Amino acid sequence: MGKSICCKKTLIRIILPLIIIITWEALAYLINNEFILPKIESILLVLLTPTADILGSGGLIGNAAISITRVLIGFLVAALVAIPLGIMMGRRETVHDFFDVTIQLIRPVPPLAWVPLSLAWFKIGITSMAFLIALGAFFPILLNTMDGVKGVKRTWIEAATNLGASEWHILKKVVLPGSAPTMWTGLRVGFGIAWMCVVAAEMLPGTNSGLGYLIMYAYNWGQVQVIIAGMVIIGLIGLIFDTFFKEVERRKFSWRELDR
Amino acid sequence: MNLLIEKLSRRFESEGGEAVNALCEISLEVMEGEFICILGPSGCGKTTLLRIIAGLEEPTQGRVKMNNEEVHGPNENLVMIFQDYSLFPWRNVTDNVEFGLEVRNIPPEKRRAKADEYIELVGLSSFRTNFPHELSGGMRQRVAVARALAVEPAVLLMDEPFGALDAQTRNLLQTEILEIWNKTKKTILFVTHSVDEALFLADRIIVLTARPGRIREIISVDLPRPRERTEPTFGALRKYVLSLIDQAKKD
Ligand SMILES: Nc1ncnc2c1ncn2[C@@H]1O[C@H](COP(=O)(O)OP(=O)(O)OP(=O)(O)O)[C@@H](O)[C@H]1O
Ligand SMILES: [Mg+2]
Repeated sequence: MGKSICCKKTLIRIILPLIIIITWEALAYLINNEFILPKIESILLVLLTPTADILGSGGLIGNAAISITRVLIGFLVAALVAIPLGIMMGRRETVHDFFDVTIQLIRPVPPLAWVPLSLAWFKIGITSMAFLIALGAFFPILLNTMDGVKGVKRTWIEAATNLGASEWHILKKVVLPGSAPTMWTGLRVGFGIAWMCVVAAEMLPGTNSGLGYLIMYAYNWGQVQVIIAGMVIIGLIGLIFDTFFKEVERRKFSWRELDR
Repeated sequence: MNLLIEKLSRRFESEGGEAVNALCEISLEVMEGEFICILGPSGCGKTTLLRIIAGLEEPTQGRVKMNNEEVHGPNENLVMIFQDYSLFPWRNVTDNVEFGLEVRNIPPEKRRAKADEYIELVGLSSFRTNFPHELSGGMRQRVAVARALAVEPAVLLMDEPFGALDAQTRNLLQTEILEIWNKTKKTILFVTHSVDEALFLADRIIVLTARPGRIREIISVDLPRPRERTEPTFGALRKYVLSLIDQAKKD
């Protein structure tokens, strides 16, 4: 019974991807133009030789590693600023009021709108890229941290105070663990956005590495199968990181859902 | 242990500017090892009273003195047990019980030994590594009691600790808290809505009037323990206290 439900679920989940692949392949044969719709086997050929050099720009893996490094740098910078700030804003009304207007004004500006300014300030390179990535990741981390801290129940803090906890203990042993699940959600969302930002930033003129660069470069050479292989890798890497974040959430922070 | 409550009053200013008098001139001397129950209509300031004694709130007038020192802020001898248990859901039973010892920088082995001792006292030895969400309401409240006892305060302040439990669990925990009280010789201030509970537990019952809470009457319950709820003397006292509460509501 349980098993057949499970099989049914898997079946339902793979029907659409299968339809897309089959239709794709059928159309590819019908159109028969690799510059518009490459055949699945040409895409697979690129994907299955991930270390092979592509048009002198390095392989899929190498470029993916570069993109991941960039995203990690920008993401780390964002987290290092957003988490402490979010905690302070969540804890102290005055700090919140001090930063709120500025944050509300900057937040709606999409990271890509920062590109010209970032190029003017930092030129093309890791600094400007990290800047854009950090901007993208910053707000979800900040806002979720703040929400998490605000969601720390007053009775937890009062119980801790009553048991003799100092301000520092309360921060370390109540506020941080109590807000960690929401904070983690912020990190997950922030990482997703950072990943989108890095690919976009790598498409900027002047870049010469990374997955974003690779698919843009492949476009210039009419290598549509490389573009699509690159997109598949971008999607896969995003999925892998998201799964990691979700898995940690499930293992470490399940108390949030289970605690009524 | 010497706990003195002197002419305690508390006003709350609401945002609209109106003031609510929650407590009015409460005076009480609590004896060492005494079990006191505080009874009164909803909203008469029982929680406020306990919170002030626990140092979580300041009175508008009057003072609380513990061992001849005025209480402002947390006091190691006055530990509160909240109605909603307020356990830390990310900590298992042992870690919850150890919390107060951790913040007192007690070394881990000592902490563990003390936590084990009190977990055993509340009968949860086989649930040490369970998390609060894996426990029933009654078990959670036992953990809260163990957590409070672990820091070895002189006085336990309990705010309707069994209010959310079903009648059977409630009766069981009442018996248990009396046993713990016997073993540990704590002084207990226990807020409740239930006349029955107060009569079963208390040496003295403080009956408060409706808001602003004043002391309506202090009743000494001289029945020997364990008390039988079906005994005529118990019934007579119950009738008397109920009539007091009725009047208190009208006041
Ligand atoms: N922080 C506060 N701000 C404003 N008013 C408050 C505050 N805390 C309590 N009050 C008011 O003080 C009065 C007493 O509240 P308290 O919670 O002490 O009553 P209680 O006797 O514990 O009631 P219950 O039996 O329902 O728990 C209530 O009218 C309440 O609205
Ligand atoms: Mg109350």
